Amino acid sequence: MSFLELEGVCKGFGQAGSRTEVLRNISLSLEEGEFLAIVGFSGSGKTTLISLIAGLTKPDAGSLRLAGQPITGPGPDRGVVFQNYSLLPWLTVRGNVMLAVRKVYASKSRGEQLEIADRYIDMVGLTRARDKHPAELSGGMRQRVSVARGLSTDPRLLLLDEPLGALDALTRATLQDEIERIWRRERKTVVLITNDVDEAILLADRIMPLRPGPGATLGPSFPVSLDRPRDRAAINHDPRFKKIRNEVTQYLMKAGAAHRPGACRPVVALPDLQPLKLAAPRPRSI
Amino acid sequence: MAGYLEMVKLNKTYETPHGPAVIVQDFDLELQRGEFVTLIGHSGCGKSTVLAMVAGLSTLSDGAVVVAGKEIDGPGPDRGVVFQSACLLPWLSAFDNVMLGVAKVFAHGTPSERHDIVEHHLGVLGLGDSMHKRPAELSSGMRQRVGIARAFALAPRVLLLDEPFGMLDSLTRLELQDLLLGIWERNKITTLMVTHDVDEALYLSDRVTMMTNGPAARVGEILDVPLPRPRDRASLLETDDYYELRGRLIGFLEGQEFERAAHSSAA
Repeated sequence: MSFLELEGVCKGFGQAGSRTEVLRNISLSLEEGEFLAIVGFSGSGKTTLISLIAGLTKPDAGSLRLAGQPITGPGPDRGVVFQNYSLLPWLTVRGNVMLAVRKVYASKSRGEQLEIADRYIDMVGLTRARDKHPAELSGGMRQRVSVARGLSTDPRLLLLDEPLGALDALTRATLQDEIERIWRRERKTVVLITNDVDEAILLADRIMPLRPGPGATLGPSFPVSLDRPRDRAAINHDPRFKKIRNEVTQYLMKAGAAHRPGACRPVVALPDLQPLKLAAPRPRSI
Repeated sequence: MAGYLEMVKLNKTYETPHGPAVIVQDFDLELQRGEFVTLIGHSGCGKSTVLAMVAGLSTLSDGAVVVAGKEIDGPGPDRGVVFQSACLLPWLSAFDNVMLGVAKVFAHGTPSERHDIVEHHLGVLGLGDSMHKRPAELSSGMRQRVGIARAFALAPRVLLLDEPFGMLDSLTRLELQDLLLGIWERNKITTLMVTHDVDEALYLSDRVTMMTNGPAARVGEILDVPLPRPRDRASLLETDDYYELRGRLIGFLEGQEFERAAHSSAA
Protein backbone atom coordinates (compact mmCIF):
# COMPACT_ATOMS: atom_id res chain seq x y z
CA MET A 1 0.00 0.00 0.00
CA SER A 2 1.21 3.50 -0.82
CA PHE A 3 1.93 6.24 1.69
CA LEU A 4 -0.78 8.55 0.42
CA GLU A 5 -3.77 7.08 -1.39
CA LEU A 6 -6.73 8.84 -2.94
CA GLU A 7 -9.44 6.71 -4.47
CA GLY A 8 -12.38 7.97 -6.48
CA VAL A 9 -12.46 11.33 -4.70
CA CYS A 10 -15.27 13.68 -5.78
CA LYS A 11 -16.00 17.14 -4.46
CA GLY A 12 -18.56 19.77 -5.44
CA PHE A 13 -19.94 23.00 -4.03
CA GLY A 14 -23.36 24.64 -3.94
CA GLN A 15 -26.96 23.56 -3.46
CA ALA A 16 -28.64 20.79 -5.38
CA GLY A 17 -29.77 22.19 -8.73
CA SER A 18 -26.99 24.81 -9.04
CA ARG A 19 -24.27 22.48 -7.85
CA THR A 20 -20.84 22.67 -9.43
CA GLU A 21 -18.72 19.59 -9.43
CA VAL A 22 -15.10 20.64 -8.93
CA LEU A 23 -13.22 17.36 -8.74
CA ARG A 24 -14.37 14.11 -10.29
CA ASN A 25 -13.03 10.68 -9.54
CA ILE A 26 -9.55 11.67 -8.43
CA SER A 27 -7.27 8.73 -7.70
CA LEU A 28 -3.58 8.89 -6.97
CA SER A 29 -1.00 7.10 -4.89
CA LEU A 30 2.24 8.46 -3.62
CA GLU A 31 5.22 6.63 -2.12
CA GLU A 32 6.98 7.87 0.98
CA GLY A 33 9.73 10.37 0.11
CA GLU A 34 8.30 11.09 -3.33
CA PHE A 35 7.90 14.62 -4.70
CA LEU A 36 4.74 14.93 -6.79
CA ALA A 37 3.72 18.03 -8.71
CA ILE A 38 0.12 18.57 -9.78
CA VAL A 39 -0.05 21.11 -12.61
CA GLY A 40 -3.20 22.81 -13.81
CA PHE A 41 -4.90 26.03 -14.92
CA SER A 42 -6.07 28.43 -12.25
CA GLY A 43 -9.63 27.63 -11.28
CA SER A 44 -9.31 23.96 -12.15
CA GLY A 45 -9.69 22.74 -8.56
CA LYS A 46 -6.07 22.42 -7.43
CA THR A 47 -6.63 24.15 -4.10
CA THR A 48 -9.72 22.04 -3.42
CA LEU A 49 -7.56 18.96 -3.88
CA ILE A 50 -4.95 20.22 -1.40
CA SER A 51 -7.68 21.14 1.10
CA LEU A 52 -9.01 17.60 0.89
CA ILE A 53 -5.59 16.07 1.53
CA ALA A 54 -4.99 18.58 4.33
CA GLY A 55 -8.31 17.52 5.85
CA LEU A 56 -9.70 21.05 5.70
CA THR A 57 -12.68 19.85 3.63
CA LYS A 58 -14.34 16.49 3.26
CA PRO A 59 -14.95 14.65 0.00
CA ASP A 60 -18.48 13.96 -1.29
CA ALA A 61 -17.38 10.51 -2.36
CA GLY A 62 -14.22 8.42 -2.35
CA SER A 63 -11.54 7.88 0.24
CA LEU A 64 -8.26 9.48 1.29
CA ARG A 65 -5.69 7.54 3.32
CA LEU A 66 -2.35 8.61 4.74
CA ALA A 67 -0.07 5.80 5.92
CA GLY A 68 -3.05 3.47 5.89
CA GLN A 69 -5.22 5.68 8.09
CA PRO A 70 -8.26 7.51 6.66
CA ILE A 71 -7.91 11.31 6.60
CA THR A 72 -10.74 12.73 8.72
CA GLY A 73 -9.46 16.20 9.57
CA PRO A 74 -6.34 18.37 9.69
CA GLY A 75 -3.37 17.14 11.69
CA PRO A 76 0.31 17.87 12.37
CA ASP A 77 1.36 14.95 10.21
CA ARG A 78 0.62 17.24 7.25
CA GLY A 79 2.21 20.68 6.84
CA VAL A 80 0.64 23.16 4.43
CA VAL A 81 2.23 26.17 2.73
CA PHE A 82 -0.39 28.45 1.19
CA GLN A 83 0.00 30.88 -1.69
CA ASN A 84 -1.06 33.84 0.48
CA TYR A 85 1.42 32.92 3.27
CA SER A 86 -1.33 33.04 5.95
CA LEU A 87 0.91 34.59 8.63
CA LEU A 88 -0.45 36.28 11.74
CA PRO A 89 0.44 39.95 11.29
CA TRP A 90 0.86 40.71 15.01
CA LEU A 91 3.44 37.96 15.54
CA THR A 92 7.12 38.10 14.58
CA VAL A 93 8.76 35.59 12.26
CA ARG A 94 9.73 33.55 15.29
CA GLY A 95 6.28 33.96 16.85
CA ASN A 96 4.60 32.63 13.71
CA VAL A 97 6.82 29.57 13.59
CA MET A 98 6.57 29.04 17.36
CA LEU A 99 2.80 28.92 17.08
CA ALA A 100 3.08 25.63 15.20
CA VAL A 101 6.05 24.31 17.19
CA ARG A 102 4.35 24.87 20.58
CA LYS A 103 1.29 22.89 19.49
CA VAL A 104 3.16 19.92 18.12
CA TYR A 105 5.97 19.78 20.66
CA ALA A 106 3.84 20.71 23.68
CA SER A 107 5.79 18.34 25.96
CA LYS A 108 9.16 19.96 25.22
CA SER A 109 10.61 22.83 27.25
CA ARG A 110 10.40 26.38 25.93
CA GLY A 111 14.12 26.36 25.29
CA GLU A 112 13.86 23.25 23.15
CA GLN A 113 10.87 24.67 21.29
CA LEU A 114 12.79 27.87 20.49
CA GLU A 115 15.73 25.81 19.32
CA ILE A 116 13.49 23.91 16.88
CA ALA A 117 11.86 27.10 15.60
CA ASP A 118 15.23 28.79 15.12
CA ARG A 119 16.65 25.80 13.27
CA TYR A 120 13.95 26.07 10.59
CA ILE A 121 14.15 29.87 10.47
CA ASP A 122 17.84 29.43 9.80
CA MET A 123 17.15 26.80 7.13
CA VAL A 124 15.16 29.33 5.09
CA GLY A 125 17.78 32.03 5.70
CA LEU A 126 15.75 34.35 7.90
CA THR A 127 17.82 34.33 11.10
CA ARG A 128 18.55 38.04 10.81
CA ALA A 129 14.86 38.86 10.33
CA ARG A 130 13.72 36.62 13.20
CA ASP A 131 12.17 39.41 15.26
CA LYS A 132 10.48 41.24 12.39
CA HIS A 133 6.76 41.32 11.74
CA PRO A 134 5.26 40.18 8.40
CA ALA A 135 4.56 43.78 7.34
CA GLU A 136 8.30 44.48 7.48
CA LEU A 137 9.10 41.60 5.12
CA SER A 138 9.03 41.26 1.33
CA GLY A 139 6.71 38.72 -0.32
CA GLY A 140 9.58 36.28 -0.77
CA MET A 141 10.59 36.56 2.88
CA ARG A 142 7.01 36.02 4.03
CA GLN A 143 6.80 32.88 1.96
CA ARG A 144 10.05 31.68 3.57
CA VAL A 145 8.41 32.09 6.98
CA SER A 146 5.50 30.04 5.75
CA VAL A 147 7.87 27.32 4.50
CA ALA A 148 9.73 27.33 7.83
CA ARG A 149 6.44 27.00 9.70
CA GLY A 150 5.32 24.18 7.40
CA LEU A 151 8.54 22.24 8.00
CA SER A 152 8.97 23.02 11.71
CA THR A 153 6.39 20.48 12.84
CA ASP A 154 8.32 17.79 10.99
CA PRO A 155 5.24 16.65 9.05
CA ARG A 156 5.26 13.35 7.20
CA LEU A 157 3.62 15.00 4.21
CA LEU A 158 4.25 18.53 3.02
CA LEU A 159 1.53 20.20 0.93
CA LEU A 160 2.63 23.20 -1.13
CA ASP A 161 -0.29 25.11 -2.65
CA GLU A 162 1.18 27.35 -5.36
CA PRO A 163 3.67 28.60 -2.79
CA LEU A 164 5.58 30.78 -5.26
CA GLY A 165 2.73 31.99 -7.44
CA ALA A 166 2.63 35.50 -6.01
CA LEU A 167 6.36 36.16 -6.33
CA ASP A 168 8.38 37.77 -9.12
CA ALA A 169 10.42 35.52 -11.39
CA LEU A 170 13.78 36.08 -9.72
CA THR A 171 12.55 35.52 -6.16
CA ARG A 172 10.64 32.50 -7.41
CA ALA A 173 13.80 30.99 -8.89
CA THR A 174 15.71 31.53 -5.63
CA LEU A 175 12.99 29.89 -3.56
CA GLN A 176 12.64 26.99 -6.01
CA ASP A 177 16.33 26.26 -5.55
CA GLU A 178 15.89 26.47 -1.81
CA ILE A 179 12.89 24.13 -1.76
CA GLU A 180 14.87 21.65 -3.87
CA ARG A 181 17.83 21.87 -1.47
CA ILE A 182 15.67 21.44 1.62
CA TRP A 183 13.82 18.54 0.03
CA ARG A 184 17.05 16.72 -0.78
CA ARG A 185 18.08 17.09 2.86
CA GLU A 186 14.77 16.28 4.56
CA ARG A 187 13.35 13.79 2.04
CA LYS A 188 9.77 14.62 2.93
CA THR A 189 6.89 13.35 0.89
CA VAL A 190 5.70 16.43 -0.97
CA VAL A 191 2.66 17.35 -3.04
CA LEU A 192 3.27 20.59 -4.93
CA ILE A 193 0.43 22.40 -6.65
CA THR A 194 1.54 24.77 -9.40
CA ASN A 195 0.57 26.24 -12.75
CA ASP A 196 4.20 26.48 -13.83
CA VAL A 197 5.44 23.51 -15.85
CA ASP A 198 9.09 24.55 -15.47
CA GLU A 199 8.75 24.71 -11.71
CA ALA A 200 7.22 21.23 -11.66
CA ILE A 201 10.04 19.80 -13.78
CA LEU A 202 12.70 21.43 -11.65
CA LEU A 203 11.35 20.09 -8.38
CA ALA A 204 9.29 16.95 -8.82
CA ASP A 205 9.92 13.25 -9.33
CA ARG A 206 6.60 12.93 -11.10
CA ILE A 207 4.08 15.34 -12.66
CA MET A 208 0.35 14.79 -12.90
CA PRO A 209 -1.70 17.29 -14.91
CA LEU A 210 -5.10 18.27 -13.57
CA ARG A 211 -7.52 18.53 -16.49
CA PRO A 212 -9.56 21.73 -16.07
CA GLY A 213 -12.99 21.50 -14.47
CA PRO A 214 -15.84 21.64 -13.76
CA GLY A 215 -15.42 18.02 -12.88
CA ALA A 216 -11.62 18.13 -13.04
CA THR A 217 -9.85 14.81 -13.41
CA LEU A 218 -6.19 13.85 -13.12
CA GLY A 219 -4.25 13.04 -16.26
CA PRO A 220 -1.51 10.42 -16.62
CA SER A 221 1.73 10.52 -14.64
CA PHE A 222 4.79 12.02 -16.33
CA PRO A 223 7.94 10.83 -14.52
CA VAL A 224 10.78 13.38 -14.41
CA SER A 225 13.98 11.44 -14.90
CA LEU A 226 16.44 14.34 -14.59
CA ASP A 227 19.33 13.85 -12.14
CA ARG A 228 19.45 15.83 -8.93
CA PRO A 229 20.54 18.37 -7.92
CA ARG A 230 18.94 20.03 -10.92
CA ASP A 231 20.55 23.15 -12.23
CA ARG A 232 18.12 25.43 -14.02
CA ALA A 233 20.70 26.66 -16.52
CA ALA A 234 22.11 23.22 -17.28
CA ILE A 235 18.80 21.39 -17.73
CA ASN A 236 17.95 23.85 -20.50
CA HIS A 237 20.27 21.88 -22.77
CA ASP A 238 19.10 18.48 -21.61
CA PRO A 239 16.99 16.76 -24.27
CA ARG A 240 15.00 15.02 -21.51
CA PHE A 241 14.03 18.45 -20.15
CA LYS A 242 12.86 19.65 -23.58
CA LYS A 243 10.90 16.46 -24.08
CA ILE A 244 8.99 16.45 -20.82
CA ARG A 245 8.44 20.22 -20.95
CA ASN A 246 6.85 19.78 -24.33
CA GLU A 247 4.79 16.73 -23.39
CA VAL A 248 3.28 18.20 -20.24
CA THR A 249 2.63 21.60 -21.83
CA GLN A 250 0.94 20.07 -24.86
CA TYR A 251 -1.16 17.78 -22.73
CA LEU A 252 -2.44 20.70 -20.67
CA MET A 253 -3.01 23.00 -23.63
CA LYS A 254 -5.10 20.32 -25.35
CA ALA A 255 -7.05 19.63 -22.18
CA GLY A 256 -7.62 23.38 -21.75
CA ALA A 257 -8.86 23.91 -25.31
CA ALA A 258 -11.30 21.00 -25.00
CA HIS A 259 -12.87 22.62 -21.95
CA ARG A 260 -13.17 26.16 -23.28
CA PRO A 261 -16.84 27.04 -23.78
CA GLY A 262 -17.85 29.23 -26.70
CA ALA A 263 -14.51 28.82 -28.43
CA CYS A 264 -15.91 26.79 -31.29
CA ARG A 265 -18.89 28.97 -32.15
CA PRO A 266 -18.93 30.41 -35.66
CA VAL A 267 -17.64 33.98 -35.72
CA VAL A 268 -19.56 36.86 -37.32
CA ALA A 269 -17.88 38.18 -40.48
CA LEU A 270 -16.06 41.48 -40.18
CA PRO A 271 -17.66 44.32 -42.20
CA ASP A 272 -15.38 46.09 -44.66
CA LEU A 273 -15.04 49.44 -42.93
CA GLN A 274 -11.98 51.65 -42.44
CA PRO A 275 -11.49 53.39 -39.09
CA LEU A 276 -11.81 57.17 -38.87
CA LYS A 277 -8.66 59.16 -38.18
CA LEU A 278 -9.36 60.77 -34.85
CA ALA A 279 -7.11 63.23 -33.09
CA ALA A 280 -6.90 63.03 -29.32
CA PRO A 281 -6.13 65.83 -26.91
CA ARG A 282 -2.50 66.02 -25.91
CA PRO A 283 -2.05 64.84 -22.32
CA ARG A 284 -0.92 67.37 -19.81
CA SER A 285 2.66 67.05 -18.69
CA ILE A 286 3.10 64.80 -15.67
CA MET B 1 13.92 52.81 -45.75
CA ALA B 2 12.15 54.58 -42.92
CA GLY B 3 10.33 52.36 -40.48
CA TYR B 4 6.58 52.25 -40.00
CA LEU B 5 6.96 52.95 -36.30
CA GLU B 6 10.01 54.99 -35.39
CA MET B 7 11.23 55.88 -31.95
CA VAL B 8 13.89 58.54 -32.29
CA LYS B 9 16.11 59.43 -29.35
CA LEU B 10 13.33 59.00 -26.82
CA ASN B 11 14.16 60.53 -23.47
CA LYS B 12 12.21 60.50 -20.25
CA THR B 13 13.41 62.58 -17.34
CA TYR B 14 11.61 63.46 -14.14
CA GLU B 15 12.59 66.48 -12.10
CA THR B 16 13.22 65.55 -8.48
CA PRO B 17 14.44 67.61 -5.51
CA HIS B 18 17.81 65.89 -6.01
CA GLY B 19 18.09 66.88 -9.64
CA PRO B 20 16.72 65.22 -12.79
CA ALA B 21 16.11 61.46 -12.74
CA VAL B 22 16.82 60.01 -16.18
CA ILE B 23 14.59 56.97 -16.77
CA VAL B 24 15.08 56.45 -20.49
CA GLN B 25 17.95 57.93 -22.47
CA ASP B 26 18.32 58.15 -26.25
CA PHE B 27 16.14 55.14 -26.98
CA ASP B 28 16.23 54.42 -30.72
CA LEU B 29 14.19 51.71 -32.41
CA GLU B 30 12.50 51.23 -35.80
CA LEU B 31 9.77 48.75 -36.66
CA GLN B 32 8.97 47.82 -40.24
CA ARG B 33 5.35 47.52 -41.24
CA GLY B 34 3.92 44.20 -40.09
CA GLU B 35 6.78 43.49 -37.74
CA PHE B 36 6.34 42.05 -34.24
CA VAL B 37 8.99 43.35 -31.86
CA THR B 38 9.28 42.71 -28.12
CA LEU B 39 11.04 44.82 -25.53
CA ILE B 40 12.52 42.68 -22.80
CA GLY B 41 14.30 43.72 -19.62
CA HIS B 42 14.13 43.48 -15.85
CA SER B 43 11.27 45.02 -13.95
CA GLY B 44 11.75 48.72 -13.43
CA CYS B 45 14.12 49.16 -16.39
CA GLY B 46 11.81 51.56 -18.22
CA LYS B 47 10.17 49.23 -20.77
CA SER B 48 6.68 50.35 -19.92
CA THR B 49 7.75 54.00 -19.98
CA VAL B 50 8.87 53.58 -23.58
CA LEU B 51 5.57 51.96 -24.47
CA ALA B 52 3.58 54.69 -22.71
CA MET B 53 5.47 57.34 -24.69
CA VAL B 54 4.71 55.57 -27.96
CA ALA B 55 1.06 55.31 -26.89
CA GLY B 56 1.09 59.05 -26.23
CA LEU B 57 0.06 58.45 -22.63
CA SER B 58 3.33 59.79 -21.27
CA THR B 59 4.97 62.94 -22.60
CA LEU B 60 8.44 62.82 -24.10
CA SER B 61 11.20 64.79 -22.42
CA ASP B 62 12.98 64.72 -25.76
CA GLY B 63 12.87 62.83 -29.05
CA ALA B 64 10.02 61.84 -31.31
CA VAL B 65 7.67 58.98 -32.11
CA VAL B 66 6.69 58.64 -35.75
CA VAL B 67 3.87 56.39 -36.98
CA ALA B 68 3.50 55.92 -40.74
CA GLY B 69 5.56 59.03 -41.42
CA LYS B 70 3.67 61.30 -39.05
CA GLU B 71 4.91 62.43 -35.66
CA ILE B 72 2.48 61.57 -32.90
CA ASP B 73 1.15 64.12 -30.49
CA GLY B 74 -0.83 62.44 -27.72
CA PRO B 75 -2.83 59.21 -27.72
CA GLY B 76 -5.04 58.13 -30.62
CA PRO B 77 -6.97 55.16 -31.97
CA ASP B 78 -4.25 54.51 -34.56
CA ARG B 79 -2.37 52.86 -31.67
CA GLY B 80 -4.25 50.16 -29.78
CA VAL B 81 -3.00 49.44 -26.29
CA VAL B 82 -3.43 46.33 -24.14
CA PHE B 83 -2.41 46.83 -20.53
CA GLN B 84 -1.27 44.33 -17.93
CA SER B 85 -4.69 44.36 -16.31
CA ALA B 86 -7.55 44.58 -18.76
CA CYS B 87 -8.71 48.03 -17.50
CA LEU B 88 -12.36 47.38 -18.36
CA LEU B 89 -15.20 49.55 -17.13
CA PRO B 90 -16.81 47.37 -14.47
CA TRP B 91 -20.37 48.58 -15.07
CA LEU B 92 -20.31 47.69 -18.78
CA SER B 93 -20.57 44.23 -20.34
CA ALA B 94 -17.70 42.83 -22.40
CA PHE B 95 -19.64 43.83 -25.50
CA ASP B 96 -20.17 47.43 -24.34
CA ASN B 97 -16.56 47.77 -23.27
CA VAL B 98 -15.44 46.96 -26.80
CA MET B 99 -18.24 49.06 -28.34
CA LEU B 100 -17.04 52.16 -26.48
CA GLY B 101 -14.13 52.71 -28.85
CA VAL B 102 -15.79 51.13 -31.89
CA ALA B 103 -18.64 53.67 -31.67
CA LYS B 104 -16.11 56.51 -32.04
CA VAL B 105 -13.79 55.06 -34.62
CA PHE B 106 -16.55 53.60 -36.81
CA ALA B 107 -19.03 56.46 -36.25
CA HIS B 108 -19.50 56.59 -40.04
CA GLY B 109 -20.72 52.98 -40.21
CA THR B 110 -24.22 51.65 -39.59
CA PRO B 111 -25.24 50.37 -36.13
CA SER B 112 -25.37 46.83 -37.49
CA GLU B 113 -21.84 47.16 -38.90
CA ARG B 114 -20.58 48.38 -35.54
CA HIS B 115 -22.40 45.52 -33.84
CA ASP B 116 -20.73 43.03 -36.17
CA ILE B 117 -17.27 44.53 -35.59
CA VAL B 118 -17.63 44.06 -31.84
CA GLU B 119 -19.12 40.62 -32.11
CA HIS B 120 -16.51 39.49 -34.60
CA HIS B 121 -13.60 40.37 -32.34
CA LEU B 122 -15.15 38.94 -29.20
CA GLY B 123 -15.96 35.78 -31.14
CA VAL B 124 -12.40 35.44 -32.46
CA LEU B 125 -11.16 35.63 -28.88
CA GLY B 126 -13.47 32.80 -27.83
CA LEU B 127 -15.91 35.02 -25.93
CA GLY B 128 -18.94 34.28 -28.09
CA ASP B 129 -20.86 32.92 -25.10
CA SER B 130 -19.72 35.56 -22.63
CA MET B 131 -20.26 38.79 -24.57
CA HIS B 132 -22.92 40.12 -22.28
CA LYS B 133 -21.19 39.36 -19.01
CA ARG B 134 -19.66 42.07 -16.91
CA PRO B 135 -15.97 41.99 -16.00
CA ALA B 136 -16.71 40.73 -12.47
CA GLU B 137 -18.34 37.62 -13.95
CA LEU B 138 -15.27 36.80 -16.05
CA SER B 139 -12.02 35.09 -15.06
CA SER B 140 -8.82 37.16 -15.32
CA GLY B 141 -7.90 35.33 -18.52
CA MET B 142 -11.27 36.15 -20.08
CA ARG B 143 -11.03 39.80 -19.02
CA GLN B 144 -7.68 40.01 -20.73
CA ARG B 145 -9.27 38.53 -23.87
CA VAL B 146 -11.78 41.38 -23.81
CA GLY B 147 -8.88 43.84 -23.53
CA ILE B 148 -7.25 42.29 -26.60
CA ALA B 149 -10.54 42.29 -28.53
CA ARG B 150 -10.98 45.98 -27.69
CA ALA B 151 -7.56 46.83 -29.09
CA PHE B 152 -7.98 44.81 -32.31
CA ALA B 153 -11.53 46.07 -32.88
CA LEU B 154 -10.28 49.60 -33.58
CA ALA B 155 -8.19 48.31 -36.50
CA PRO B 156 -5.15 50.23 -35.23
CA ARG B 157 -2.01 50.81 -37.30
CA VAL B 158 0.15 49.84 -34.38
CA LEU B 159 -0.56 47.50 -31.49
CA LEU B 160 1.12 48.23 -28.17
CA LEU B 161 1.10 45.44 -25.60
CA ASP B 162 2.33 46.18 -22.09
CA GLU B 163 2.95 42.79 -20.43
CA PRO B 164 -0.57 41.75 -21.41
CA PHE B 165 -0.22 38.27 -19.92
CA GLY B 166 1.87 39.18 -16.90
CA MET B 167 -0.90 38.68 -14.38
CA LEU B 168 -2.19 35.37 -15.73
CA ASP B 169 -1.21 31.89 -14.60
CA SER B 170 1.42 30.34 -16.82
CA LEU B 171 -0.96 27.97 -18.63
CA THR B 172 -3.56 30.63 -19.41
CA ARG B 173 -0.63 32.73 -20.60
CA LEU B 174 0.35 30.06 -23.13
CA GLU B 175 -3.23 29.83 -24.30
CA LEU B 176 -3.54 33.57 -24.88
CA GLN B 177 -0.16 33.70 -26.60
CA ASP B 178 -1.46 31.15 -29.11
CA LEU B 179 -4.63 33.15 -29.57
CA LEU B 180 -2.77 36.44 -30.02
CA LEU B 181 -0.37 34.88 -32.49
CA GLY B 182 -3.27 33.40 -34.47
CA ILE B 183 -4.99 36.77 -34.83
CA TRP B 184 -1.73 38.54 -35.55
CA GLU B 185 -0.81 36.07 -38.31
CA ARG B 186 -4.07 36.99 -40.03
CA ASN B 187 -3.70 40.78 -40.10
CA LYS B 188 -0.01 41.36 -39.32
CA ILE B 189 -0.49 44.56 -37.38
CA THR B 190 2.81 46.22 -36.51
CA THR B 191 3.25 45.31 -32.85
CA LEU B 192 5.48 46.45 -30.02
CA MET B 193 5.19 44.31 -26.92
CA VAL B 194 6.75 44.64 -23.49
CA THR B 195 7.44 41.44 -21.59
CA HIS B 196 9.93 39.91 -19.21
CA ASP B 197 9.12 36.37 -20.28
CA VAL B 198 11.88 34.99 -22.47
CA ASP B 199 9.75 32.21 -23.98
CA GLU B 200 6.94 34.61 -24.76
CA ALA B 201 9.33 37.00 -26.52
CA LEU B 202 10.80 34.24 -28.69
CA TYR B 203 7.53 32.58 -29.54
CA LEU B 204 5.85 35.76 -30.72
CA SER B 205 8.38 38.12 -32.17
CA ASP B 206 10.48 38.80 -35.24
CA ARG B 207 13.02 40.69 -33.16
CA VAL B 208 13.68 40.94 -29.43
CA THR B 209 15.03 44.24 -28.16
CA MET B 210 16.88 43.83 -24.90
CA MET B 211 16.88 46.89 -22.70
CA THR B 212 19.65 47.76 -20.29
CA ASN B 213 18.78 48.31 -16.65
CA GLY B 214 17.65 51.75 -15.66
CA PRO B 215 18.30 54.49 -14.76
CA ALA B 216 18.99 55.89 -18.21
CA ALA B 217 17.81 52.72 -19.95
CA ARG B 218 18.45 52.30 -23.65
CA VAL B 219 18.58 49.54 -26.25
CA GLY B 220 21.19 46.98 -25.19
CA GLU B 221 21.13 44.34 -27.90
CA ILE B 222 18.71 43.31 -30.60
CA LEU B 223 18.18 39.64 -31.33
CA ASP B 224 16.71 38.50 -34.65
CA VAL B 225 14.32 35.58 -34.28
CA PRO B 226 14.52 33.81 -37.64
CA LEU B 227 12.11 31.04 -36.62
CA PRO B 228 9.71 30.26 -39.48
CA ARG B 229 6.06 31.35 -39.34
CA PRO B 230 3.36 30.35 -38.75
CA ARG B 231 4.88 29.09 -35.55
CA ASP B 232 3.83 25.99 -33.74
CA ARG B 233 4.89 25.79 -30.11
CA ALA B 234 5.23 22.03 -30.00
CA SER B 235 7.65 21.77 -32.91
CA LEU B 236 9.45 24.97 -31.92
CA LEU B 237 10.21 23.57 -28.50
CA GLU B 238 11.90 20.59 -30.18
CA THR B 239 14.39 22.64 -32.21
CA ASP B 240 17.92 23.46 -31.09
CA ASP B 241 17.65 26.92 -32.70
CA TYR B 242 15.00 27.82 -30.20
CA TYR B 243 17.09 26.83 -27.21
CA GLU B 244 20.11 28.62 -28.60
CA LEU B 245 18.14 31.87 -28.91
CA ARG B 246 16.69 31.28 -25.47
CA GLY B 247 20.17 30.85 -24.05
CA ARG B 248 21.30 34.15 -25.57
CA LEU B 249 18.36 36.06 -24.10
CA ILE B 250 18.80 34.51 -20.67
CA GLY B 251 22.53 35.24 -20.88
CA PHE B 252 21.85 38.91 -21.55
CA LEU B 253 19.32 39.21 -18.72
CA GLU B 254 21.62 37.44 -16.28
CA GLY B 255 24.45 39.75 -17.28
CA GLN B 256 22.21 42.74 -16.54
CA GLU B 257 21.25 41.19 -13.23
CA PHE B 258 24.90 40.67 -12.35
CA GLU B 259 25.64 44.31 -13.18
CA ARG B 260 22.74 45.47 -11.06
CA ALA B 261 23.89 43.37 -8.12
CA ALA B 262 27.41 44.76 -8.49
CA HIS B 263 25.97 48.29 -8.57
CA SER B 264 23.82 47.89 -5.50
CA SER B 265 26.61 46.33 -3.45
CA ALA B 266 28.91 49.17 -4.48
CA ALA B 267 26.32 51.75 -3.47
